[in-house]
Amino acid sequence: MSHKAHVPIGPYHPLQEEPEFYKLVVDGETVVDVDVRIGYNHRGIEKISESKNFDQSIFIVERICGICSSSHPIACVQAIEDIADIPVPERALYIRTINQELERIHSHLLWLGLAGHFLGYNTVFMWAWKYRELICDIMETVTGNRQNYAMLKVGGVRRDIEKEHVPYILSRLDELLPKLDMLKGAVLDDPVLHARLKGVGVLTKEAAIDYATLGPVARASGVDIDVRRDHPYAAYDKIKWNVITREEGDVFAKTVVRILEMYESASIIRQCLDKMPQGPIDSNPKDIPAGEGIGLAEAPRGECFHYVKSDGTNSPIRHKIRAPTYMNFPTFRETVVGETISDATIILAGIDPCYCCTERMLIVDTKDKDLMNVEKLIKLSQEKTARIKEKMGL
Amino acid sequence: MNIDEALKNITDRFGSRILIVSRRSAKRAYMDIYPKDVVDVVRYIFKDMAFRFNIASAVDDFDGLEIIYHFSHDAANFVISVRALLKDKNDPHIDTITEVTRSAWWIEREIHELFGIEFDGNKDLRPLLLPDDWPSGVYPLRKNFVVPKRDSRKE
Repeated sequence: MSHKAHVPIGPYHPLQEEPEFYKLVVDGETVVDVDVRIGYNHRGIEKISESKNFDQSIFIVERICGICSSSHPIACVQAIEDIADIPVPERALYIRTINQELERIHSHLLWLGLAGHFLGYNTVFMWAWKYRELICDIMETVTGNRQNYAMLKVGGVRRDIEKEHVPYILSRLDELLPKLDMLKGAVLDDPVLHARLKGVGVLTKEAAIDYATLGPVARASGVDIDVRRDHPYAAYDKIKWNVITREEGDVFAKTVVRILEMYESASIIRQCLDKMPQGPIDSNPKDIPAGEGIGLAEAPRGECFHYVKSDGTNSPIRHKIRAPTYMNFPTFRETVVGETISDATIILAGIDPCYCCTERMLIVDTKDKDLMNVEKLIKLSQEKTARIKEKMGL
Repeated sequence: MNIDEALKNITDRFGSRILIVSRRSAKRAYMDIYPKDVVDVVRYIFKDMAFRFNIASAVDDFDGLEIIYHFSHDAANFVISVRALLKDKNDPHIDTITEVTRSAWWIEREIHELFGIEFDGNKDLRPLLLPDDWPSGVYPLRKNFVVPKRDSRKE
């Protein structure tokens, strides 16, 4: 007999980083339907931006997200530069690229830590967040801030990278790479994670295209898109790097894509520091004429899209912002339905929305019931691990 | 396929149903269509020409409400934006494109609540961002909506 139950999660929940509301419909342990209600973080930034001038709106969009705080500004300045074909000096393009890639490493490490945490693998969580600090240190050196870097402006960047800082940046990157190797091993060679993530929450290539998914989510489903290569901006067309793709579409593939992308990012930063020409960092544009422009940038989670329409005054009359999660998130019906409720957490986290925690609350009536105590649970867990090992031939 | 070939392909297919084509650069082009043609044009660009749907955005302008569908061609680095003007601001209607691509599911809900545009045929136009008790008929991204001032003395 089937018995469907609704499991509400959120909007305010001790384990979630940000408020949102999931309604899971479960039949036994299997999720049969899911719906999401967002909007608890809606701050009306598109409306606010219409009342700010072009310089101020870059600071506003920087505060959309604490993690991608250079992706939104770069998409925004590119949209404004697109209106008037504003030139950007070459050195500024390289500095923008370095800033973007540092952000990608720190964001992917942050996700990796959270994913480990959701899976109960807190070692990965501690390591990933510890070594993310190295990147935050570089960011502080390059931009003056660990977050909300305020580096970008229309026509260039605000701060130059000093020559004496380059050895420090390189030394921190050197320090990071062995740690990345360690993390890569801890995740990709772990049989429990293979068992837990492979084949879970599969997003097919057809669905990935139909939902117009972006970034690592699309690339893990075999959709070979990356704004950095397809719509080159900053200095991405001047250096050599690879787009990482996987065909499987499951959570494991998403993890692999993100981990391998961090190596590419580190390589991009090194090449930029090496090839960066001397020169001005700002073209000092004066007025923004009437017109409309589109800015695309590859944030750690996928393409950031900004559309800016100007009427010749000093503030936009429309500023449309589309963050990558907006396109990736609606795939939850494809990926979660049919899976178990215990996997729903990591599947929802697999697209990296950064706010997926599942906790179940239940009331136990102990009368006439055989309850599991700690010893019994540990024994059960050990037996299951033994079974998994036997199945995987370890 | 470069941007000129793509534009020619679309105008050959639709003829006079494409009102204006404005090629801004080798990377950006805008084309105006009648609202009634939106599903046909979007289906052709998304399905037959295999463009990626970036997003739709609405603009509250003097002549009416504009809705712009942005499509990018990732193999050749350009974006084509398709624009439809809904002249009646009191009762703006356009057909849903969720039949063509599910990626328009959320953005139609968002434009519906923020601009008050009805998407005919879309059965799921529940609020996405605004609270459930938001007054009906108030559309915050319309130009006549003024953000209420906060009175700190009352807090």
